[in-house]
Amino acid sequence: MTSETPLCPECDGEVDIPSDAMENELLSCAECGTELEIMNLDPIELELAPEVEEDWGE
Amino acid sequence: MRVALLVTHIRAEEKLILAAFNKRDISPDIILDRELNFDITCGAEQLAPSGSAWREYDLVFERCVSTSRGMYALAILNSWGLRSFNTYETAATCSDKLRTSIAFMKQGIPQPHTRVAFTPDSAMQAIEDVKYPAVLKPVTGSWGRLLARVHNRDSAEAILEHRQTLGDYNHHTYYVQEYVDKPGRDIRAFVVGDRTIAAIYRESNHWITNTARGGLATNCPVTEELDDICVRAADAVGGGILAVDLLEDARGNFVVNEINHTMEFRNSSQPTGVDIAQEVIDFVIGQIGVVA
Repeated sequence: MTSETPLCPECDGEVDIPSDAMENELLSCAECGTELEIMNLDPIELELAPEVEEDWGE
Repeated sequence: MRVALLVTHIRAEEKLILAAFNKRDISPDIILDRELNFDITCGAEQLAPSGSAWREYDLVFERCVSTSRGMYALAILNSWGLRSFNTYETAATCSDKLRTSIAFMKQGIPQPHTRVAFTPDSAMQAIEDVKYPAVLKPVTGSWGRLLARVHNRDSAEAILEHRQTLGDYNHHTYYVQEYVDKPGRDIRAFVVGDRTIAAIYRESNHWITNTARGGLATNCPVTEELDDICVRAADAVGGGILAVDLLEDARGNFVVNEINHTMEFRNSSQPTGVDIAQEVIDFVIGQIGVVA
């Protein structure tokens, strides 16, 4: 994993990536609250998480 | 043992599930539902997105947040003879509140008074039959979305008009329930096979108590009575790994509200002291050798 801190694609804020992060894991930007998806771990690539769809749930 | 973990993306629950598998020296292949592309006629010989043939998996563990993707993937995989948790039949029943109500009715599981109608006029009659306040729910949906507590005819007319005008056909099946005047909380119980392993109260000042909507989770003791009704309710929808939502009515009796087949539990292990993910995975592993 590269050491450069990734930026939120929504607000350009720095996003802390947990040490046990996984590809396709969801996380929130601490600065703007946007939900993000980790698309790649090395190097870190973040995308906006997909919008919640009507059939999403438990 | 080969396990496919079918997901929409990785959430806290999936990480806990993976850790629980890893503790038993099993490393599931993570399969994203967005990458599925089934040839229905090719059967389990065709390759999964992981590169392995589907037949190589002893088990598919379905954890999709997308109900439709998860359910139809299970329909296909089960039709090819693959073992899964939960099964397509269980998922299809749980993902539809009306089918769940029918399953409860057939097995005598207590549930809120429920009526179903298909037009705004007949839905208005259904609402007045169950009396105000009534609760209108979409037959599919989760996390407390689009639930409406209806206090009078004016608000009923407005909600029905909105549903009929703005909603697609799914919203034109009007599922109407009596409002159960619960004591500021409901109960979420976790059933694994034939056992209720843990339960939480979900407390909220709002009438919708889902933890996804801010409900506070505290431990709920699993009494013999609670275990009995939860296991019977889970069996009614086909059984498996299920979260049973119950309400306590004014007399303190349980009524079963709904059952969730891809349960969220990240906030429930801490208050209950039960390692829900490990309980689930140990059950799943124990079932692999058992004839379905």
